[in-house]
Amino acid sequence: MKYVDEFRDPVAAKELISTIHHLADQLGRPWKFMEVCGGHTHTIYRHGLEHLLPEAVEFVHGPGCPVCVIPRGRVDDAVWLAHRPGVIFTTFGDMMRVPGTQGSLLQAQARGADVRFVYSPLDAVKIARDNPDREVVFFAVGFETTAPSTAAALAVSQKTGVKNFFVFCNHVLINPPVRAILDTNNVKLDGLIGPGHVATVVGSDHFDFVPEEFHVPLVVTGFEPLDILQSVAMLLTQYAEGRCEVENQYARVVRSGGNAEARRMLAEVFTPRDTFEWRGLGEIPYSGYRLSDEYMAFDAETHFDLPGDRVDDHPACQCGLVLTGQIKPWECKVFGTGCTPENPIGTCMVSPEGACAAYYNFGRIPTLLANR
Amino acid sequence: MCLGIPGEVVALLDSDLATVSVNGVVREVSVGLLTDEGVDVGDWVLVHVGFALSKIDADEAALTLDQIKKLGQTWEDEIDAFSQTVIR
Amino acid sequence: MRTEEDALNQIERARGRKPKLTDDQVTMAHGSGGKAAAALIQAVFIEAFGAPDGEELRDAAILDLPGTRIAYTTDSYVVQPIRFPGASIGELAVNGTVNDLAVSGARPAWLSAGFILEEGLAMDELRAIAADMRQAADAAGVRIVTGDTKVVPRGAADQVFITTSGIGVIPEERRLGGAQVRQGDRVLISGPIAAHGMAVMIARGNLAISAPIESDSAPVNHWVEAMYAAVEPEAVRWMRDPTRGGLGTVANELARDTELGVLLDEEAIAVAPEVRGACDMLGIDPLYVANEGCFIAVVAADAADAAVAAMRAAGADQASVIGEIIADLPGMVAVRNGFGGTRLMDMLVTDPLPRIC
Repeated sequence: MKYVDEFRDPVAAKELISTIHHLADQLGRPWKFMEVCGGHTHTIYRHGLEHLLPEAVEFVHGPGCPVCVIPRGRVDDAVWLAHRPGVIFTTFGDMMRVPGTQGSLLQAQARGADVRFVYSPLDAVKIARDNPDREVVFFAVGFETTAPSTAAALAVSQKTGVKNFFVFCNHVLINPPVRAILDTNNVKLDGLIGPGHVATVVGSDHFDFVPEEFHVPLVVTGFEPLDILQSVAMLLTQYAEGRCEVENQYARVVRSGGNAEARRMLAEVFTPRDTFEWRGLGEIPYSGYRLSDEYMAFDAETHFDLPGDRVDDHPACQCGLVLTGQIKPWECKVFGTGCTPENPIGTCMVSPEGACAAYYNFGRIPTLLANR
Repeated sequence: MCLGIPGEVVALLDSDLATVSVNGVVREVSVGLLTDEGVDVGDWVLVHVGFALSKIDADEAALTLDQIKKLGQTWEDEIDAFSQTVIR
Repeated sequence: MRTEEDALNQIERARGRKPKLTDDQVTMAHGSGGKAAAALIQAVFIEAFGAPDGEELRDAAILDLPGTRIAYTTDSYVVQPIRFPGASIGELAVNGTVNDLAVSGARPAWLSAGFILEEGLAMDELRAIAADMRQAADAAGVRIVTGDTKVVPRGAADQVFITTSGIGVIPEERRLGGAQVRQGDRVLISGPIAAHGMAVMIARGNLAISAPIESDSAPVNHWVEAMYAAVEPEAVRWMRDPTRGGLGTVANELARDTELGVLLDEEAIAVAPEVRGACDMLGIDPLYVANEGCFIAVVAADAADAAVAAMRAAGADQASVIGEIIADLPGMVAVRNGFGGTRLMDMLVTDPLPRIC
């Protein structure tokens, strides 16, 4: 595939890895780099990058998996909405298996709810048009990458007079959790591998606060293995050259100012919430979107009298410590025994992009082989 | 991540829609978020949940691959130079 | 605090346990051919019927009759839509049962067909399905010898459901099973993967995707026979067709049956470019996608080349060696990619769904 296969060239990778080894030797100390985005976690494990790099380079897996961060209370609300009489509940496939306290949407479907997965928010609008006598709710999740698509679907609905389409808005913003993690005193991060696809919308400039306020370099990075390796080399080079700044490794896709049209849509359709709860991280001020007053008529939260109960994370769950890099997935008490991909307790095990699920699926093998 | 896939625009349709092909797999995608830049048939775009989020810049892609190669060769050259001095 | 090694050992012990059935209602996941389905079978059916004596749970029962051994299998088909690029429910119903017999080492001979018809189904549609079944049976060299028909009220079934059962005779010298598999044996596959599952998913239409992808639905018995003709019978150790749950799930069944490790080479596993495109677009791993016209076989290392050549000569022109049996990682499946990395591949939990992240 074009723009994919070129960035998986094993020969170029070997050379990059040897450069990284040289740089790390030269700099002579351990490094903790956080990849903010779950997609990067996935690439790192799927291609076994963690074990191709010097031991001195450690990846900390960040909070950037939009499925994982949805708190249990919100999943309960989604299940409640799906059970309203006459409702068609639409969702991305990822959210179907995420457990709340009342089970998952997949189980709601088994109990008779009309739950359908869609590829795009526009598909949910189409379902609403095709079923004028039903109320169609879209379970909106995702960072600034996904939010413009929901915004566009709402703008289309308003323009064309669709009255039976509602959005259960759980969109979140990237900077607040990054800031929350950098504010944690328990972990010192040496660099951030910046989220490439969020940056297509917000722009690489959006992350200037990371070096300016926290003196940590950040490289906006693509999702192929060569992208991540180059990004690691770029972070180390910044240290070797005494720089600390935002660099854009993913220039083929990301512009410094992002996508202005998409950001206009966000500003028109959404308003930041005073606070939003993150699974594993707790309440973070101004970290989520709700619909703006102009679009309130489409808001599922006001249209259906949502219970909106808050549910604490499972007491045994240590996702918060994993997400902030304070412990490794396997150091969690329930990892792999009480909490597995088929019966996840915590956020990090829910999606294949979550740190624990990725480690469970891909990360164990070199250790297993080495132990023999 | 937010799953983003590179696809080629193969046709422009009405109301900000375009047909995009990923290895011959075709879907209608909204290009409404790229009205500032404009999109043409033959352009490559990054697709996420049925929306083109960004145009892919072929020159930048080539430049990145070039930088990757150079970065990888920094130490190779040094090793080569080193082994040559030994031979002499 | 426990060490990483302790944690990994605990995981292995947890993985070794029989899957637990926790749901109080049947969900779609119980039909997916993955872990949830395995839990259901264990907790409900094995519980009630008992397990076959000392046997692995296979695609078909192997029955000793005076002077002969037969394979006996049954399978139900509920695919929607009932027609999709490359095949129909009728063709699938014949090929699926033929293939379950073939990978048990049997020569498929007779099939039964039970039909549950929804009131209102077009008669022409039913005729077309029957014609597809006849054609598939002829191609596989089997006969449909008995059947049953029931009609249910509109809404009580979705157009048509078909159950086929089949009987085949197992040649004396063939012995298959996990106990036959040795370290160093090779894993073969008869063709490219993931086409069937993606063809059906796209044909449902709700993803609004179009792609030139056809189901791989085909009888594999001729390829199995070609392979047996080319190698000593005891060189063929284990066979399975990777239907629901895909190659990844079947490879896990292999690892579990043998208590050895399975190391697959991702580069050697063929996936058609448009199938890969569809998988990438929807965030689906082709290793978990259903197939209906290929099989995997474990054969002795020195017989692998001959087996592949024979399968290719018989029409499986993309047959290839995709992995080997290793002593390390007992009970586990590892996949090595072109990049030099290796990952573990667990059983599918539930059907793959399109994802955004």
